[in-house]
Amino acid sequence: MSNSFRALMGACAIGALATAASAETITVATVNNGDMIRMQGLMDEFNAQYPDIEVEWVTLEENVLRQRVTQDVAAKGGQFDVMTIGTYEVPIWGAQGWLVSLNDLPAEWDADDILPAIRGGLTVDGELYAAPFYGESSMVMYRKDLMDAAGMEMPDAPTWDDIAKAAEAMTDKDNEIYGICLRGKAGWGENMAFLTAMSNSFGARWFDENWTPQFDSEAWATTINTYMDLMNNYGPPGASTNGFNENLSLFQQGKCGMWIDATVAASFVTNPNDSTVAEHVGFALAPDNGLGKRGNWLWAWSLGIPAGTDAEDAAKKFVAWATSKEYTQLVASKEGWANVPPGTRTSLYENEEYQKVPFAEMTLNSINEADPNQPTVDPVPYTGVQFVAIPEFAGIGTQVGQEFSAALAGQQSVEQALENAQAITTDEMEAAGY
Amino acid sequence: MARAVTTQRKALNTLAAWTVGLLIFFPILWTILTSFKTEATAIADPPVFLFFDWTTENYSAVMQRSDYAEFLWNSIVIAGGSTILGLIVAIPAAWSMAFVPSRRTKDILLWMLSTKMLPAVGVLYPIYLMFIKLGLLDTKIGLTLVLMLINLPIIVWMLYTYFREIPGEILEAARMDGASLRDEILYVLTPMAVPGIASTLLLNFILAWNEAFWTLNLTAAKAAPLTAFIASYSSPEGLFYAKLSAASTMAIAPILIMGWFSQKQLVRGLTFGAVK
Repeated sequence: MSNSFRALMGACAIGALATAASAETITVATVNNGDMIRMQGLMDEFNAQYPDIEVEWVTLEENVLRQRVTQDVAAKGGQFDVMTIGTYEVPIWGAQGWLVSLNDLPAEWDADDILPAIRGGLTVDGELYAAPFYGESSMVMYRKDLMDAAGMEMPDAPTWDDIAKAAEAMTDKDNEIYGICLRGKAGWGENMAFLTAMSNSFGARWFDENWTPQFDSEAWATTINTYMDLMNNYGPPGASTNGFNENLSLFQQGKCGMWIDATVAASFVTNPNDSTVAEHVGFALAPDNGLGKRGNWLWAWSLGIPAGTDAEDAAKKFVAWATSKEYTQLVASKEGWANVPPGTRTSLYENEEYQKVPFAEMTLNSINEADPNQPTVDPVPYTGVQFVAIPEFAGIGTQVGQEFSAALAGQQSVEQALENAQAITTDEMEAAGY
Repeated sequence: MARAVTTQRKALNTLAAWTVGLLIFFPILWTILTSFKTEATAIADPPVFLFFDWTTENYSAVMQRSDYAEFLWNSIVIAGGSTILGLIVAIPAAWSMAFVPSRRTKDILLWMLSTKMLPAVGVLYPIYLMFIKLGLLDTKIGLTLVLMLINLPIIVWMLYTYFREIPGEILEAARMDGASLRDEILYVLTPMAVPGIASTLLLNFILAWNEAFWTLNLTAAKAAPLTAFIASYSSPEGLFYAKLSAASTMAIAPILIMGWFSQKQLVRGLTFGAVK
């Protein structure tokens, strides 16, 4: 072997080692939504700042992702270095010690700028366990043209009575216009997200202070009866299988007078490329009943780092970058202010450019109306607005959701559904040792 | 004697066959059509069938966002690998069960099939933990092994059924003519069983290609096949049906093309032994 060949081989080996040592790869598990996909398109900007960190993406449908990351974090599979998780998971996982605390993110990341309601939902015992990427609440989206035609005006902060009157006035079933579209599809994150938030405004709660299920209360009966009346009288046919996407489709085609759902929908229904009613959409706070709580929820998709990852530093750099004020500026400069991830930072809502976005103010007001630490009129032993932050809730919530969905489909009465919900919840909670 | 078939009956049969065929193919056709629509047209009510502004923007968006070639390569390796590995194990097993059965052969066959009755999720955690220990998570070799094991009962059963159709006397005759076991399998059994082996191979390849439970649960970024590619376009909050359809079309296109060219072998294999 010649000396020059040996030298060449040596240089190659050193080069390979140097590359291996300098480039660190992090795997990010995420959901398929517009904001997350946009971020994947901006990876060149991240790499310009951090050339030594390579980011690999695993994008999955929300429910699949939830199951995958739960399985991985519980079994310590080490598949992911950054996980996109929701407000439901963060307090449970944080308390289990499954997530790395983010209290030591750099000062310029500015934790105090995070909206208090959102930050509260991601903090356990003073430790911030996930950085919010985008936050959402729910609000009323309604057709201004139909309201005008009916000679009505939607208040900024309507009551459930206002909603019922507006629904009645806008319904024109002969022309396939339904006064109100609401979630009916069963699932803890589907109809139960809406119904739990709605029940808060009627003074209902999942459990009393002793973890006794409350579906036998008057407040729950009023909630479900109001929901059924609205949907049976003014809702679209087949509503028991409608989720977010089905209602979005109906609203965009001009078939819903009102739709109470996630604030993130505002950017879809006002986009003239997809929505036939883009210029006629108005926004209002989710309704209340004068009891001090509104029927809106609070959710944030956040970035958390599983404990035990071998790339913690790189993961923290990525999380800090993706949830920074600078990232917001970056998206605004590339895609416009309407496309920045909403609902996480106070500074965004103080930005004059952002204030021009039609749904910005109502989104912020809706988020501020929700309080995950005191979600209900009467005291409760749990946190979470449209969910109960205990591991058992996902299973119980889905089973109870099936009961209410069956009632909406006409397969059983409201009384029967509430009775079954009470029995299911009591059994499951007893089995779980509450 | 074959019955005389009138032209009218023939036409009716053809019509019925086409109707059933189109009915079965319609969801795939609809997916393909939707992939060429805009997101707004994709959800239009009443649905638009053929007359819309065709666009390839969904395919551009999908190609731009995802590394399709890598997902495709992973699918080919995993589906191909598990099929070949499965056949290597199953051919001798099926041969011995078909030609030199023991008292327990039927029981073993039934026991093998019974493993298919267990819901996959029931063994997810044990397998996941084993994969962590063995360092097989998110590796092509790990998935190949799992898919091979999952489809093995079906491969053995199919091959066993085909081998049983081959008269043992022919093999005996070969033996009497001095053929060794190797010669018997290679020159007598295999040529006669080729349609059966081919259809088993094709069916197993399709099953492995479409397998979504294990491929989604045991992969992340490195070994994810086309099933994970499709899953990344599904979204409960946002109407991305056209893009999802484009991703689905790209995922099923290779297997659809393969199925088209090999349909003769598939049909021949699947109906093998039906008529004696």
